[in-house]
Amino acid sequence: MTAATFTQALDIDPAPFVRRDARGVSRLELAVKGMRCAGCMAKIERGVAALPGVEDAHVNLSTAKLSVRWSEGRTTASAIVARVNELGFQAFPYDPNSLIRHDEEEGRFLLRCLAVAGFAASNVMFLSISIWSDLDGEMGEGTRALLHWISGLIAVPAALYAGRPFFRSALTSLAAGRANMDVPITLGILLALGLSIVEALQGGRHAYFDAAVSLPFLLLIGRYLDHLLRRKARTTALDLAAMQTVTATRIGADGRTAPVAARDIAPGDRLLLAAGDRTPVDVLVEAGESEVDVSLVTGESAPVPIKGGEVLCAGSIVLGQPLTVRATALVQDSLVAEMARMLEAGQQSRGRYVRWADRAAALYVPTVHGLALAVLVGGLIAGQDIGIALTNAIALLIITCPCALGLAVPAVQIVATSRLFRAGLLVKSGDALERLAEADTVVFDKTGTLTFGRPVLTNPGEIAASDLALAASLARASKHPLSRALAVAAGPGGVSEGTQETPGEGLEARVVGVVVRLGRAEWVGAAHAPNSNASHLWLRKDTQAPIRFDFEDRLRPDAAEAVVALHALGLNVEMLSGDRVAPAQLIAGQAGIAEWHAANDPKQKAEYMERLRVQGRRVLMIGDGLNDAAALALAHVSMSPATAAHASQSAADIVIQSETLAPIAEAVAAARAARRLVFQNFAFAAVYNAFALPLAAFGQVTPLIAAVAMSASSLIVMLNALRLSRRG
Amino acid sequence: MDAFLVLTVAAIALGALGVALFFWTLKSGQYDDLDGAAERILIDDEQD
Repeated sequence: MTAATFTQALDIDPAPFVRRDARGVSRLELAVKGMRCAGCMAKIERGVAALPGVEDAHVNLSTAKLSVRWSEGRTTASAIVARVNELGFQAFPYDPNSLIRHDEEEGRFLLRCLAVAGFAASNVMFLSISIWSDLDGEMGEGTRALLHWISGLIAVPAALYAGRPFFRSALTSLAAGRANMDVPITLGILLALGLSIVEALQGGRHAYFDAAVSLPFLLLIGRYLDHLLRRKARTTALDLAAMQTVTATRIGADGRTAPVAARDIAPGDRLLLAAGDRTPVDVLVEAGESEVDVSLVTGESAPVPIKGGEVLCAGSIVLGQPLTVRATALVQDSLVAEMARMLEAGQQSRGRYVRWADRAAALYVPTVHGLALAVLVGGLIAGQDIGIALTNAIALLIITCPCALGLAVPAVQIVATSRLFRAGLLVKSGDALERLAEADTVVFDKTGTLTFGRPVLTNPGEIAASDLALAASLARASKHPLSRALAVAAGPGGVSEGTQETPGEGLEARVVGVVVRLGRAEWVGAAHAPNSNASHLWLRKDTQAPIRFDFEDRLRPDAAEAVVALHALGLNVEMLSGDRVAPAQLIAGQAGIAEWHAANDPKQKAEYMERLRVQGRRVLMIGDGLNDAAALALAHVSMSPATAAHASQSAADIVIQSETLAPIAEAVAAARAARRLVFQNFAFAAVYNAFALPLAAFGQVTPLIAAVAMSASSLIVMLNALRLSRRG
Repeated sequence: MDAFLVLTVAAIALGALGVALFFWTLKSGQYDDLDGAAERILIDDEQD
């Protein structure tokens, strides 16, 4: 994404996002960037509440949202956005998405289950301990039966309530013809309940009510942590989506203009695209001549000229003169949407990936269930009473219930992802780490990934400080990417009074009685530039000779270092760019990447990913543009920088939040360490089961042994996972 | 035995009350903004 996209986002008209109710109360939700502390919260809430008609302004710091209620007509949505921006923050209209609602609902559901399971587990455990303490049989049968009944009264409803997340997942999995880890968990819970009820009815000694509730309790802890992690990643992604929400200016039949949300644009609508506007749908240019930034679409960083009669793809940003255009497609049929569909196809192909836990389950489920059946049949053949044989078989299923196995993967992954979060990497799902550990090839995009994706002044040494300051005092008045780059190079300073911008041409001001012009070569009357890779601005003071400013996209300072670190981890590194050959070659050389491909359009990029996949390579793709989205989705695992286009961020498994590339190698190392720990945990679970199985098979397992074994194994697995956070 | 019954019932009732209260806090949105809640105590009241 270029600087221009960002500016455009700030100019969104928030009016289409306002919701009104029957009583004339309007509501607006804004994503606010830059909020950090109590001071910020107070400043925003008071600042917005002071606007006329505002009834309530409430900030949520965890999700970085501001919700405002006001009475219709007394203030406007744009006044609210303007106030927040005035206070030094950035506000973006935000569509309260059903996805977020669903996520919150899911989190509350898990918490409720966890609370019930925790309550039941602790109370039933007290009762169970009193039964277990009766070693020499002093307790009367009646007392024991009573304790069992009380335990059952608590455990049965609690286990049925708290076990629902597992029951649901197990049913979905069985319906799809597979057996995931939740199938044995569900069986374990239900069988523990069933066996205990029968024991309690018969006044027997061994009821497993505590196991039936502590099992879901332990597993729900892991599941809730996993949920928190995913929610954090998802809200961040949605915030970025909010910042890129698109509105446009529609020219009505009467010639008047009005803002319209991108989804409401119909083919044939006439739109006005001013400098800095992003093209919301595919359009045909009717009038005007301008320059456009197509980096989001093709990855090419230099502006492209455009004139009437030409086609402009959705996602291009107008840099120069305003254009009048006619929409030729709906949003969902535009190029952007086509990419989204390619992206979906890629994600489906990734859906075939089998997670480690499910691979373990595929081994575990038939083995354990087969053994349980063998114990039952073997017991019957050996002449055991059917009740005893059945009890032994069920005890085997309970004690081998994959508590350790169910915790082994999420515990390691949560520790690994929180460690990576501190390093500036947002991991969107646990299986992203699994796939990252398997990667053998890294493919970088060029613009915006290896490079900053925005122009940088490359010849400050050739320019006198006073000229730079003068040029910057004009440039600060403009939002053109080159002007912004110039302003950045010059540092903070003032704006020349009376600076006029002619879009697509340049700027002009009168400084101490002298006309100063800054802009393209024609604007100042200079000869064309010799260097074709760079973009230029020219400065002319009165009639003096014009001064040239060169701009080029720059390699990120630690790119070469990151490539060396990835090589050291045994990965192949390649570059795949949509840009022209010459700049691609230059950047690949600077970064130390031997294998590179240039001038690839989005489809070719996706095809290249497919080719690598067929060759059996496991590719980590790192890219930022919309043109990378499909390739990102097709790659075995993908990353994108936080400045990337929304589609790319949603396609990527991991988002790099820092400006540097160094965390990539660290992420690969952490993912591999996580894989080692997960396999250690699996090995431990296997050893544990190797001891537990024979005990259960020969009827030696009592509820006490089951409780101790289950909690101890869970604890060991958790502690093993925590080792990951101490390293590095 | 009476004492046992009374205590058991009382303990479970108290526990259940705790769970009910937790449900209420969850429903009233007290866990929606944990970071914000921690910061809000630092905001001074408006001087009227």
